[in-house]
Amino acid sequence: MKIGVLVSEGPYTHQASDTAYNFVKAALDKGHEIFRVFFYHDGVNNATRLTEPPRDDRNIVNRWSELAKEHKLDLVVCIAAAQRRGIMDENEAKRQGKDAHNIAEGFRISGLGQLVEAGIQCDRLVTFGD
Amino acid sequence: MSDEMMEEDGVIKKFMFVNRKAPYGTIYALEGLEVVLISAAFEQDVSLAFVDDGVFELKKGQDTKALGQKNFSPTYRALEGYDIEKLYVERESMEARGLSEEDLLVDVQVVSAAEMADLMAEQDVVISF
Repeated sequence: MKIGVLVSEGPYTHQASDTAYNFVKAALDKGHEIFRVFFYHDGVNNATRLTEPPRDDRNIVNRWSELAKEHKLDLVVCIAAAQRRGIMDENEAKRQGKDAHNIAEGFRISGLGQLVEAGIQCDRLVTFGD
Repeated sequence: MSDEMMEEDGVIKKFMFVNRKAPYGTIYALEGLEVVLISAAFEQDVSLAFVDDGVFELKKGQDTKALGQKNFSPTYRALEGYDIEKLYVERESMEARGLSEEDLLVDVQVVSAAEMADLMAEQDVVISF
């Protein structure tokens, strides 16, 4: 099955990102295709590489990056939601005249159309959030 | 790029956006509306559901001056211009909050919770905010 995933809550505060990660891993293990994982609302905070949790805790951001690398996942961060919350890639930082960028490896910034497209293309769109 | 791909595919799915939160206090309603507007460009069969505190999103006479936030409620009136005309309000949620159809700023179809469940079951994609 072709599956799209929507993550709409930030890491650590909320279980959504953890559950989405476990779901994606399980789906891949079962041979399903993950078409895209889309991060919206505070979910965009899953994409900052400046995240530095205590050593005995999981690193939610790195975990996504590693999974993306291993399975060539398409991790997309909504640009409008990202701009509001200070998640930037190099191009966007330049465009906005910012002195830094923070997007983690394996994530890319794009528009909300990518979420709608996932809804159209996938057999299932599964939401993780409140 | 993706737009062209869509047109080639010609797939039309039933999308329902479920609005469950009050318009202010959290960003869900505002960012949810942004998805709805984008979806209009994909020529899908889009409908909106308003349940729980989401019915407050459609309340007439919203005044956000004291909040220091933008009043985005006029956007719901603009949806018609995007060919988004199927707006369903759950009767139980509306009545529990002391609202009636006359309190709402757009024309809607008021449906029971059971009817809303049927509508949701018909959809290909349900995204809730």
